[in-house]
Amino acid sequence: MVGYVLNRLIGMIIVMFIVATVVFVIVRVTPGDPAAVMLGPDATAADIAALREQLGLNRPMLIQYVAFLEQVARGDLGRSIFLDQTVLSALAQRAEPTFFLTVFAMLIACAIALPVGIMAAWKRGTWTDQLVTAVAMLSASIPSFWLGLLFIQFFSVRMGWFPTSGYGGPGESFAGRMQHLVLPAVTLGIISSALITRFTRTSMIEVLSSDYIRTARAKGVGHMKVLLQHALKNALIPILTVIGLTAAVLISGAVVTETVFGLPGVGNLVVSAVLRRDYPVIQGALLIVAGLYVLLNFIIDMLYLVVDPRVRF
Amino acid sequence: MTTLDTPTFAPRPSLLKRTMQRKTMVIGIAVLAVFVLAGALAPWITPFSPSRLSVANRLLAPSGVHWFGTDDFGRDVFTRVVYSARTSLFVGFAVVVFSALVGVTLGLLAGFFRRLDPPISRLLDAMMSFPDILLAISLVAALGPTLVNVIVALGIVYAPRLARIVRASTLVIRELPYVEAARAIGVSTPHIMVMHVLRNITSPILVQGTFIFASAILAEAGLSFLGVGVSPDVPTWGTMISLGRQYMDQAWWIMLFPGLAVVIAVLSLQLVGDGLRDLLDPRFSKDL
Repeated sequence: MVGYVLNRLIGMIIVMFIVATVVFVIVRVTPGDPAAVMLGPDATAADIAALREQLGLNRPMLIQYVAFLEQVARGDLGRSIFLDQTVLSALAQRAEPTFFLTVFAMLIACAIALPVGIMAAWKRGTWTDQLVTAVAMLSASIPSFWLGLLFIQFFSVRMGWFPTSGYGGPGESFAGRMQHLVLPAVTLGIISSALITRFTRTSMIEVLSSDYIRTARAKGVGHMKVLLQHALKNALIPILTVIGLTAAVLISGAVVTETVFGLPGVGNLVVSAVLRRDYPVIQGALLIVAGLYVLLNFIIDMLYLVVDPRVRF
Repeated sequence: MTTLDTPTFAPRPSLLKRTMQRKTMVIGIAVLAVFVLAGALAPWITPFSPSRLSVANRLLAPSGVHWFGTDDFGRDVFTRVVYSARTSLFVGFAVVVFSALVGVTLGLLAGFFRRLDPPISRLLDAMMSFPDILLAISLVAALGPTLVNVIVALGIVYAPRLARIVRASTLVIRELPYVEAARAIGVSTPHIMVMHVLRNITSPILVQGTFIFASAILAEAGLSFLGVGVSPDVPTWGTMISLGRQYMDQAWWIMLFPGLAVVIAVLSLQLVGDGLRDLLDPRFSKDL
């Protein structure tokens, strides 16, 4: 078991090293001088030269690469070109809305997907099953930004139930800020529920056709007990994997959803950084988000050890 | 004297017949065909131009003349939805081709050569740890917001998905006796890889390609909506929704119809993908 954990840990470090390399390469593939691109057409030669110096673009590529890795290892992600702060503090400042949006969306997605997926598996082959499958497929086909705009139009503008955009002013209470997250989280939750619903259904169908479930039923164990106590426990492992995968979908969705709802989150920061060619921010956000994803999947792998004692490979 | 009947086997229904039995797949194919035809025959389908401005006709509600209404520049929304089908479907298809070229090559190399497997697999792991849209917008930011760069960026984003599937299938096929036999009679490695391995894994590639097509249409619309995709002058469903957003209160039709077009196109592709998976891979029965 220690070997397994160690193996996964080394794998995670290697992947993070490659992630950092990919991020380094992405910024360097910019055609022309990245400093000139970042500062735009109005920049003077002196401004460009100063930025090249600040970013270390004058140095040979290999030296830049080593310096970049060193910097990342120290936890230093550089300074934003346009915001007067470090990338890390810019990301930290905008982490709250993104964090709560992702968590709420995940909870909503699971609250929809788990019962619906279990029901579809239980009623396999009936119209309930077909309806669930069709709705899941439909919700995976809807662009999140479009659904968000429809929700804003109906629930905020017409019904006046929720704020149309933003995250409240500087003095807004926590409850007030969370109210701004209801519609974005529901939008993202509905879209993300599709994948979890389909996996839950498939996983439950497989488990429900196992011998031990048939035995439990033959012994007269109640429907609900078979479903929730016997079947769900074993079906949880693949579901757990897909919940991990959904995290990436959620972060992608958050980038777009935050823009639609005007939430000052990490996604919004990245989009404005892309529009202004603020490469240090893009670089930092990519590193942090991919790093969190790798970490999350590592945690999920470790959870396997808890959920399923058979995992000892 | 009794005679023993020779056992007879019912002939396997043809591919076309088996396809026709899957109603949802047929619906998906039919809807996609309508989109492709509408895009290709756009100038003959609608009398309006997608880019001609007409201030007198701005923000007109859907009517017999303008089926989907007009936008803030007086352009016919139906015409723009139809013309956008060209761009959106082209981008989706080109992304599939690009990601197939990169993904299949990487997957074959990783699956076939043991030494290349660890570095390629780790690279794929790393690439897949970036959320799709985040990686795509970063790549477009680096390469520049052009149609070709959007295709390249999305191709890079989706290539690892195909590479993983190709690698897994190659690992299985590499060990089969017929590959060993081909090696024994001196067939060259590239020939084995293409003619004996690749030809036998076209089904999973085709199925995954359909899903990538669907994801690429959604992602392209997202990039255009964020303003980091193709130029706003090029009509795509994403740019139309982005534009319609400003007029949501007074002219809901500007964003509603392109959004519906995305939903229907993506849904059809998913139906086709699901159908193809059932049809080509016996492990995926309808029930599972």
